[in-house]
Amino acid sequence: MSSVLYDVPGPRAIARNRILGVVTIVVVAAIAGFFVWRLWETGQFSAEKWYAFTFTNVWLQVGAALLRTLQAFAVAAVGALALGFILAIGRMSVHAWVRVPVGAVVELLRAVPVLIFMFLLYYGLPVLGVKMEPYWAVVIALIAYNGSVLAEVFRAGVEALPRGQSEAGYAIGLRKSGVMRLILLPQAIRAMLPVIIAQLVVTLKDTALGYIITYQELLFYARYIGSQSTYGSPIVPATIVVGIIYIALCLLLSLVAVRVEKRLRRSAKIATAAPEALDQEMTATRVIAVQSGLDGAAGHDGR
Amino acid sequence: MGVITDYLPLWGETLLGTIVLFFGGGALALVLGTLVGAMRVSPVPIARGIGILYVNTIRNTPLTLVFFAFAFALPPLLGLRLTSGVSLTLAISALGIYTATYVAETIRSGINTVPVGQAEAARALGLTFGQVMTLVVLPQAFRSVIPPMMSVFIALLKNTTVAAGFSVVNLGSIRANMSEDGENQFIVLLWVMAIFVALVLLLSWAQRALENRWKVAR
Repeated sequence: MSSVLYDVPGPRAIARNRILGVVTIVVVAAIAGFFVWRLWETGQFSAEKWYAFTFTNVWLQVGAALLRTLQAFAVAAVGALALGFILAIGRMSVHAWVRVPVGAVVELLRAVPVLIFMFLLYYGLPVLGVKMEPYWAVVIALIAYNGSVLAEVFRAGVEALPRGQSEAGYAIGLRKSGVMRLILLPQAIRAMLPVIIAQLVVTLKDTALGYIITYQELLFYARYIGSQSTYGSPIVPATIVVGIIYIALCLLLSLVAVRVEKRLRRSAKIATAAPEALDQEMTATRVIAVQSGLDGAAGHDGR
Repeated sequence: MGVITDYLPLWGETLLGTIVLFFGGGALALVLGTLVGAMRVSPVPIARGIGILYVNTIRNTPLTLVFFAFAFALPPLLGLRLTSGVSLTLAISALGIYTATYVAETIRSGINTVPVGQAEAARALGLTFGQVMTLVVLPQAFRSVIPPMMSVFIALLKNTTVAAGFSVVNLGSIRANMSEDGENQFIVLLWVMAIFVALVLLLSWAQRALENRWKVAR
């Protein structure tokens, strides 16, 4: 295996790599061992700490909290996709009086941390006499942020298409809306599908911010059950359980993105549509840039 | 303007908190991310596997959950007493460990943008491994990585607000202080937004400046 960093290894390199491999295993095992030892030492494996999770009712509550997480995610995802379309089309408008304000809105929404937007909706709006449920604060904030990011993704997808595509559309007599709807957007969406799904993973992750504004989702329930002293305050077990659920959900969605990407790469149709764009624009760099919320598009942090 | 001028020390303190979180988390993310990125491109299969495991697990964990684990699960586990210094350290660790995955992926993709022919040509000229790295591969990788890396840091800056949910002082937490004093929270939050927009614009400007200066001509 040759890479830009190293050549095909010879006997000495192979021996060295083996030693490095052993060192890696030892270091990682030491770190993992330390945590297992601390878990053991502080009695996290004791029956008492896990007692809470033997009740059907607790699991029903976990299920209900999970459902609230998914509910916020589903509404936010659909809303963000819709808003993304509207903003993208507005931003690609030929009329400056549409394009410029929409562009400003997109930039603004992307620059504001999602949590601050949630705060504004949940704590700020009551000052103006609008009382808002935590659920709606979470959903609206997620729609606004992810919608603006998706708008940039759609726009990047359309702009990566060869000019000839829209020219051919106009040549056969389509109007602008027809060119966009029938020719450009379907190709752009297909090419950008992995990035779009990656952004949906960010949306799913960011629903956890709802915990901070007391939306009763999974994390909120983990905190609740973790602080019940009648069960011996099982905060560590609760974190582990909820962590596994979150990671499993996001991994599942991420796997879909990887699958779709592989499929697109094999598909000849896309390859002819925008070979350059796919190779250069759709590298991991691009996905990260989009996922992390800026460039041509959080954390996801973001979020 | 009253909410700014009447509370200047508070704004200063919270802004400082955000900056400390940003630079602390950023430094940790750079160190850890470079390490993990190097593992992911290393010729050692075990190291690659562990790198993939780390990146895939943490990237699919909500940042709030990482904070949650550091704020609530880790202290009893390690027997920590929660002073403000410990809370800050835990928050910086949470941000750093989360952001490190994005740094690692950015570094990896930066190295991937260097054509293999470049290294092969360098080897053919008889350059040693060290020379190939420092003269040919890494300068190109480093430059191509500037825009996505800045995006990672902009995301990090915005993510510092999550620390507000875990009682660490930063711009995200100023709302709570102000509401105790009965100030208009709507106005306060609009100011916080404005500050973030300004900070993000500053970072994007830095990104463009660096990019123009160090762009690789291909």
